[in-house]
Amino acid sequence: MINTLATYLSYEFVQNALIAGTLSAILGAIVGYFVIIRSAGFAAHALAHIGFAGAAGAALVGLSPLEGMLLLTVGAGVGMGAAGDKVNRSDMAIGMVLSMSLGLGTLFLKLYSGYAGQAKAILFGEIFGVSHEQIIKMAVLSVMSLGALAIFSRRLLFASIQPRLAEGRGLSLSALSMAFMAVLAISVTLASQVVGILLVFTLVIAPAGIALRLCRSFWSGIIVSVILGVIAVWIGILLDCVTGYPATFWITALFFVIYVFVESYCRFFTK
Amino acid sequence: MTPALQITDLRVSLSGNTILSGINAEINAGEFVGIFGPNGAGKTTLVRCIIGTLAPTRGSIKVLGLLPSQAARRVGYMPQGHGTFDSTALSARSMVEAACEGDGWGIPWTSKKSRQEVDRVLEVTDAARYAQRPFSVLSGGERQRVMLAQALLGDPRILVLDEPLASLDPKNQGLLIECVARVKERTNTTVLFVAHDMNPLLNVMDRVMYLAGGGAALGKLDEVVTSECLTKLYGSDIEVVRTQNRVFVVSSEGGVTETECAHHDHD
Repeated sequence: MINTLATYLSYEFVQNALIAGTLSAILGAIVGYFVIIRSAGFAAHALAHIGFAGAAGAALVGLSPLEGMLLLTVGAGVGMGAAGDKVNRSDMAIGMVLSMSLGLGTLFLKLYSGYAGQAKAILFGEIFGVSHEQIIKMAVLSVMSLGALAIFSRRLLFASIQPRLAEGRGLSLSALSMAFMAVLAISVTLASQVVGILLVFTLVIAPAGIALRLCRSFWSGIIVSVILGVIAVWIGILLDCVTGYPATFWITALFFVIYVFVESYCRFFTK
Repeated sequence: MTPALQITDLRVSLSGNTILSGINAEINAGEFVGIFGPNGAGKTTLVRCIIGTLAPTRGSIKVLGLLPSQAARRVGYMPQGHGTFDSTALSARSMVEAACEGDGWGIPWTSKKSRQEVDRVLEVTDAARYAQRPFSVLSGGERQRVMLAQALLGDPRILVLDEPLASLDPKNQGLLIECVARVKERTNTTVLFVAHDMNPLLNVMDRVMYLAGGGAALGKLDEVVTSECLTKLYGSDIEVVRTQNRVFVVSSEGGVTETECAHHDHD
């Protein structure tokens, strides 16, 4: 068993998968914390689907799927941020944009090649197909996003927890919202490289959601969220190597088990 | 001495509807003013103008002699209602910490100075003993005292409290008012207290501001809350009934309007 794992770890595609997974997990766990506090889960989900249209359409204009996705999600994220709270929390508005994006994505795929394999890779991720070059791009994007968060996260946290109060102290809620949605768009794009567009929730929502259910302070929440995210991704990738079942399945299953456990614990033992 | 709040010929229109018009008021430092009026009379609109998140359509508001946006750091504000954090374990203390220096740049690291300031305000509102618990498990009264603590950060010169008594039982209403009154006495802070029912505040208010029909009346309780004055303000027959040191505002149709018939027996 140990020997098998050691063999797998020596393969470059496994190492690349672990690095890409770790980058996505860290960014997703931190950004996800703010997503949960801002109740922007549905918006995050929609961004991923908008990304599907971007990734599928990228080939049409000669961009890579990553570039196409990034372009469209960041644009849509900033737009959603500018549109304000009413739109961001409207199930109807987000739902319509989400379904339209999926529709466009299917059209683009048909126009490009009608090739189902492409769609499958975008939707479910292709963790073992991540190249060295992609990893460098992902690392740059992660550092940029975390750098941006490091600049405005104090304001973001305040505005997320107490929007009325923050507004009263002169913070611009829409500017913060736009900046955050841009960062969210980047992390959604990165996470989808690992787990695919349909399962972005796994890296952006699950670790942070579980951490926020357990941790009473901001920093303990962030730390637990990152640890959960990274460990789950590593276990998922290694189990994929050993069992042959997809990493995405293992990661989601792991989070689901933790979630059920934490949720029952909170229900029955903290009342 | 500069008045704490000076409102001159204020007019506020929101999407074509005039909410407030021709409001004039001068409130001195250290005054406790209760702000009352029916739903839709513009209480929250007035509050938003005072804290600088809404610009008047006409007229001016001066807070401590400054524009509201310039005075923001010297005004403590308690918004109506609070976010729901039902699915999170985030502690009350963490929320107050996020608000302390929340308008700075960088990462949300709480400095030692901020921690001391948070300790202080939680002590003042008697919220320190449960501040480590998740906000979501606190009772309504406990939550409001955390929100009040938040408003006291940075030792503001003016406290603007938007319906802090809403959905509190009489006992918790009393505790919160006592706390605000204590702060006011100790630090000579000006208090603008928006409420639905004036009875719990009768003993602590210096003056009353009554909003109705787009206008406002400011003065002593006995001058403003009278049948004559309120009838003029509402533009319809209003009767003020006083009994056992309690005040009820009754419309001619017989319904009790703004002042609910709540029982305030502290037992």
